[in-house]
Amino acid sequence: MKQFLAFVKKEFYHIFRDTRTMLILLGMPIVQIILFGFAITTEVKDSRFAVYDLSKDAVTQQIIQKLQSNNYFTLVEDINSPDRIEELMKAGKVSMVVIFDADFEADLLHIGEASVQLIVDATDPNQATTMTNYATSIITEYGQETAALTNTRFLINPQTRMLYNPQMEGAYNFVPGVMGLILMLICAMMTSIAIVREKERGSMEVLLASPVRPLFIIIAKAVPYFILSVVNLITILLLSYFVLKVPIAGSLILIFSESFLFILVALLLGLLISNLVQTQVAAMLISGMALMMPTMLLSGMMFPIESMPAVLQWISSIMPARWYIEMIRKLMIQGVDGIYVMKEFAILTAMILVLLGVCLKTFKNRLE
Amino acid sequence: MSAVSVENISKKYDKVTALQKISFEADAGEIFGIIGPDGAGKTTLFRILTTLLLADEGSASVDGKDVVKDYKEIRREIGYMPGRFSLYQDLTVEENLEFFATIFNTTIEENYHLIEDIYKQIEPFKKRRAGKLSGGMKQKLALCCALIHKPTVLFLDEPTTGVDPVSRKEFWDMLKKLKEQNISILVSTPYMDEASLCDRIAFIQNGRFLKIDTPSGIISQFGEKLWAVEGNDMYKLLLDLRNNGHVKSSFTFGDNIHITVDDSLTIEELKKYLTDTGHTNIEVHPIVPTIEDCFMQITENKENERNSN
Amino acid sequence: MNEIVIKTNNLTKKFGNFTAVDNITFEVDKGEIFGFLGANGAGKTTAMRMLCGLSHPTSGSGEVAGFDISKDQEKIKANIGYMSQKFSLYDDLTVGENMRLFGGIYGMKKSDIKTKTDRILNELGFSAEKNTLVRELPLGWKQKLAFSVSIFHSPKIVFLDEPTGGVDPITRRQFWEMIYEAVNDDITVFVTTHYMDEAEYCDRVSIMVDGRIEALDTPKELKRQTNSQNMDEVFQKFARTATRSAD
Repeated sequence: MKQFLAFVKKEFYHIFRDTRTMLILLGMPIVQIILFGFAITTEVKDSRFAVYDLSKDAVTQQIIQKLQSNNYFTLVEDINSPDRIEELMKAGKVSMVVIFDADFEADLLHIGEASVQLIVDATDPNQATTMTNYATSIITEYGQETAALTNTRFLINPQTRMLYNPQMEGAYNFVPGVMGLILMLICAMMTSIAIVREKERGSMEVLLASPVRPLFIIIAKAVPYFILSVVNLITILLLSYFVLKVPIAGSLILIFSESFLFILVALLLGLLISNLVQTQVAAMLISGMALMMPTMLLSGMMFPIESMPAVLQWISSIMPARWYIEMIRKLMIQGVDGIYVMKEFAILTAMILVLLGVCLKTFKNRLE
Repeated sequence: MSAVSVENISKKYDKVTALQKISFEADAGEIFGIIGPDGAGKTTLFRILTTLLLADEGSASVDGKDVVKDYKEIRREIGYMPGRFSLYQDLTVEENLEFFATIFNTTIEENYHLIEDIYKQIEPFKKRRAGKLSGGMKQKLALCCALIHKPTVLFLDEPTTGVDPVSRKEFWDMLKKLKEQNISILVSTPYMDEASLCDRIAFIQNGRFLKIDTPSGIISQFGEKLWAVEGNDMYKLLLDLRNNGHVKSSFTFGDNIHITVDDSLTIEELKKYLTDTGHTNIEVHPIVPTIEDCFMQITENKENERNSN
Repeated sequence: MNEIVIKTNNLTKKFGNFTAVDNITFEVDKGEIFGFLGANGAGKTTAMRMLCGLSHPTSGSGEVAGFDISKDQEKIKANIGYMSQKFSLYDDLTVGENMRLFGGIYGMKKSDIKTKTDRILNELGFSAEKNTLVRELPLGWKQKLAFSVSIFHSPKIVFLDEPTGGVDPITRRQFWEMIYEAVNDDITVFVTTHYMDEAEYCDRVSIMVDGRIEALDTPKELKRQTNSQNMDEVFQKFARTATRSAD
């Protein structure tokens, strides 16, 4: 145990004394998350919208007036046929269409309840969400005010329909994607480089010729990177929650425990690479080409997996990051229970077992 | 018991034969030197003995333990200093030493007496990073780290390569002191002048041992007339000596030339020959061969054997 | 009167507070073998870099092959050869490719490169190895070949940085015979070495201690002055006075 701790201590010295690498490791998640935060627009201003009013009564006129008087929205057209909705949307002339059912006022007065439909272009999911939120709040606010005035039950029911991107893929997905990428980078790439560095510099020779069990060396080398990953994980979660306002809907315990699982996969991948190569450059290239690139391109972080060609979909299913990202997306954004990520959990666990076997098989107690 | 015992060890890398049927015994408490140029197979031999490589053929034991079967025990007992400087450049002198003490399950204090003489020389720089030390000091630190667990056998692979003559001399003085502490030392070097500091030496070239003996034993087997010749124009002197049919070999040695000659030639005759070819200030006198003379004689004979085959 | 090919005047190089080379002044004659000795960290490499036009002096001046070392660095590079133990030839190119490359770098004509390559390989007895990768050659061969390449373009001066480290004794001597031949062709040789017997082969030897040149004379004279048997003793006597130890 004392040997082990001495090792971990030494590893931390290496990391802390290499200021540049450490800054990159700790700074990267921050920069990525913040860049993301600026790259997506949450501000909604002068969004153009159209109205398809089947009722054309006093109440609908008042609501349209309310929407218009706000500097968030600009009314561009009063349309008369449902076909025109699609036309305007496709041409990009409006990003929202408000549809009032026939007999809106009548329903409201007699049943005390009426529906208004919001059709939103969700190509930019973030923008779409914000737009819907604003519109909904304006409409419900109107409902509440009128109810208070007339002292009756008065419920306006806005129903939203997202066009083009109904699952709202994209925006928040970036956060789980960044998590997958960063954890992969630190655990796999940095661990493999750190181990191979000892081979390259010749110190591995001395270590192997010492009584320390070689497996110990490897585990000890992985510990600091494990800790760094956890620090990064927490940073990312805090930043996305407080800066990007990404909701963390699911259980934190689940998010963390699934992340540990993924970290383990990444560490094993790093170890496997270090077993196979002899130089730092090779370790960097392999982890870059075989891990980072596919993680970025194929894990669903940048491009939705559903729209990939079948071959790429296959490849993406052997990427651990794909399953991790999917799992975190479900847990964090959709806030589902653990039971709904059983499949991903099982796949990652299977990957761990396979990797562990391969690692032990390729691990060498000697130099060759 | 022998400190190291090697029997018919062979090792190939792809097509290249690194070691070919090497056998030798190094006794406990002796300094055994393996002398030969780079690429002769020294490092491969050391790696096999330190359990880092497996030989293709043959067997070897260190301190009575088999290098394949008992590798774990061997790793506990030996000290190894590889050819490249292998300490952590970004750790300080003290941190390096502490780290190696810990991984060998000991502390600096426990065996301080063993390294005291050496460590005192680098102690003023103990807060300095190892990467900032001079070549000689790095060597001393590496030796301290290899010694910290009081090994029974110490393996030093080319500890003095690239080190200046002053540091080399200091290093060998340290080895002599260690020998007094009853540590067996196996050391390799490309510097022939260091051979005479070993108890016994083995010449190695092209993966084969050419000779194993004490330095004086090797010198006594030289068996040829060896003269040192001095003159004013060394290069011309060398060429003219080679043109003399009685001169068998001629090699420059610092400010003179060492030649072996056949029995019929006398010093007077050689002097006359050189005077006739225009040399001045000629001096010729018989000398006792050095280890380097012996190495060259033996390697040259091998070369001739191979060429005549 | 001998032609002077290297001349320095109070040449100094500082790195921050550290004076690596401290006011060195010396001259090297044409056709001389000049041994440049010193312990690890004495400042040899730094001094050599300045002479080869790879590093600017902090103060002082120098001339190599008639060119100012602070102004005409490119001209110096064209007129010198350089070989070190650490890098000499490209391992992953064949012998012939290396010679073509270095001939090309120094702007030699294609036909010249070809005839000279064949001549040199013939002299070294390496003709059969023209298409062999350099990494497959034994170290001694490699170093001999590297030396031939460093004087391939007939430079005025060749700088050799520990050219014979780790080479077997016979090849080491063959190497020095090649140096003698080069000197016969009027090339000046500036060499560093850790083998003190090789210092004896030099016409003159300088010993650097702590960035300064503490001794400069013929080996014979240095031995006489210090009452030593050989250059090793001479070196030990001077280098032991060193106080600094950084590399």
